[in-house]
Amino acid sequence: MAANAIALAPQNIGFGYYARIFVNETKYEFVKLLRTRAFSLSVIGFPVMFFLLFGVSNRHNGYGQYLVPGYSCMGVVSACLFGIGMGIALERSQGWLDLKQASPMPRLAYIGAKVMSCAGFAVVIVAALIALGVTAGGVHMTALQAAQLTGVILAGSVPFTAMALLVAMIVPANSGPGIINLIYLPMSFVSGFWMPVSLLPHFLQKMAPALPTYHLAQLALAIFGMAQPGSNTTHWEALGGFTLLMLGAAWIIFTRSEAKA
Amino acid sequence: MSASAVVPHTNHAIPAAWPTPLLQTRAIARLNSVTKRYGQVTALDSFSLSLHAGEVVALLGPNGAGKTTAVRLLLGLISPNAGSVRVLGRDPRDSDARTRIGAMLQVSRVPEMLRVREHIDLFRSYYPQPLPFAEVVRAAKLEGIEDKLFGKLSGGQKQRTLFGMALCGNPDLIFLDEPTVGMDIESRRALWDQVRALSAAGKTVLLTTHYLEEADMLASRVVVINKGKVVCEGTPAEIKHQVSGRRIRCITQLDPDFLRALPTVSDVQQDREAVIVMAERPEQVVRAMLERDATLHGLEISAAALEDAFLALTSEAAHA
Repeated sequence: MAANAIALAPQNIGFGYYARIFVNETKYEFVKLLRTRAFSLSVIGFPVMFFLLFGVSNRHNGYGQYLVPGYSCMGVVSACLFGIGMGIALERSQGWLDLKQASPMPRLAYIGAKVMSCAGFAVVIVAALIALGVTAGGVHMTALQAAQLTGVILAGSVPFTAMALLVAMIVPANSGPGIINLIYLPMSFVSGFWMPVSLLPHFLQKMAPALPTYHLAQLALAIFGMAQPGSNTTHWEALGGFTLLMLGAAWIIFTRSEAKA
Repeated sequence: MSASAVVPHTNHAIPAAWPTPLLQTRAIARLNSVTKRYGQVTALDSFSLSLHAGEVVALLGPNGAGKTTAVRLLLGLISPNAGSVRVLGRDPRDSDARTRIGAMLQVSRVPEMLRVREHIDLFRSYYPQPLPFAEVVRAAKLEGIEDKLFGKLSGGQKQRTLFGMALCGNPDLIFLDEPTVGMDIESRRALWDQVRALSAAGKTVLLTTHYLEEADMLASRVVVINKGKVVCEGTPAEIKHQVSGRRIRCITQLDPDFLRALPTVSDVQQDREAVIVMAERPEQVVRAMLERDATLHGLEISAAALEDAFLALTSEAAHA
């Protein structure tokens, strides 16, 4: 087998080669993000800290139950926007991406590693919130619900990865964190990550369905019967459409910059 | 194409651009009258460059001359507005070509939270037939810093790690873009030794630099470029030869105007307490000076340095 491969092509490029790159790239991306405290502490730390402040103190009135899916959504969106969007924007501006592109590394491995790492962070955040909620937040949850929540959050990493790719293309690296916060914090608020949308001022309630974050939150809340009236299919469709829109825009900008380069 | 290209040069007054045996080998990388514009700025203007197997070519020029643009074109990171780029017989964007190429680029920031070992391990995994880890560590002199985080390294250690990454794939063709920037003298000399070792192993190296000493020490061929055009090319000795004359430096009381009037003198400059005279026939000039000034001392006569040649060549190009 091995001798055959060498005889056929001296480069010996096969599935194992690509699998090894993918695994290595993902492993080191995750390790790098974990060691970058500014990222790991804020992305995991904020939802956990907020849950300790607002969830644990409201464990008797059911608000804690609301915050587990709400803050899980916040976790995945921030992991994608900061981890992928900011990550690529920085590595592009610093010339690091050029060095990687000059190597035979497949582009898909680079993006794939970032997606997998951020999905990994999202799982850590969901697990931490569920554990905190069940032990200290007065949250009741079946194993099925926990699995469903994790599934929705992982699915949610797809549209926000697409958004992060667009962010990486258009946001200048040095003002990145500010701009990302400017997009992400109001979106989190209006979409009901922190409190039910029905408690928001009326004009914000009307705005919410225009936001992808709202649809993600509704899917997560529906697992616990806390969603607004409406069908899940609409939410999945909205997220699917948003993904295509973001990927399309990112692709157009990417090919334009390639043509210019 | 023309007949004169086939006839071997016998006229020694016109030195061949590179030693004849290399002419017979196929170029392993080639920029073919490439033009690259960034908006209004023309970075390279009908620029041609061929790299032959086993050569160390230095691309020498001031900042903004187009050196990095040439390297980026050869790496397939950018594409030309006109002209063609071939590397190892392929388009440089072809990943087959990239498995045989190593590059050290000017990176303003490398992910700092990975260890040297991890960076090397990751880059090795990109190549189907990588150099063994221990071999990369030995060649790039990374012994003792393998387990340090990249962010904790000194400037020279960072450059050495980047050099190590360029070697990971055991490449046939290596691009070094300003490799010794930020290195101390010792690291720089160690890297020079490594480049010589690569060359001895039959690898082809293209290095860009504005350290003339570096080009002089390493290159089998120097291509001087300015404002996106080739100013001249040849061996370091040939480049130096292009600036005629020798350099006389001494401390004297003679009037600079008198010195300028001496036969074959082309330039007179004050250098702190001494005076520097460029002359075609230094013997005559020195004899005349010694006759007039008994106090003359600190006399040195040297061939024009590559630096003088470089300054003369690039400023000529600017005036032209």
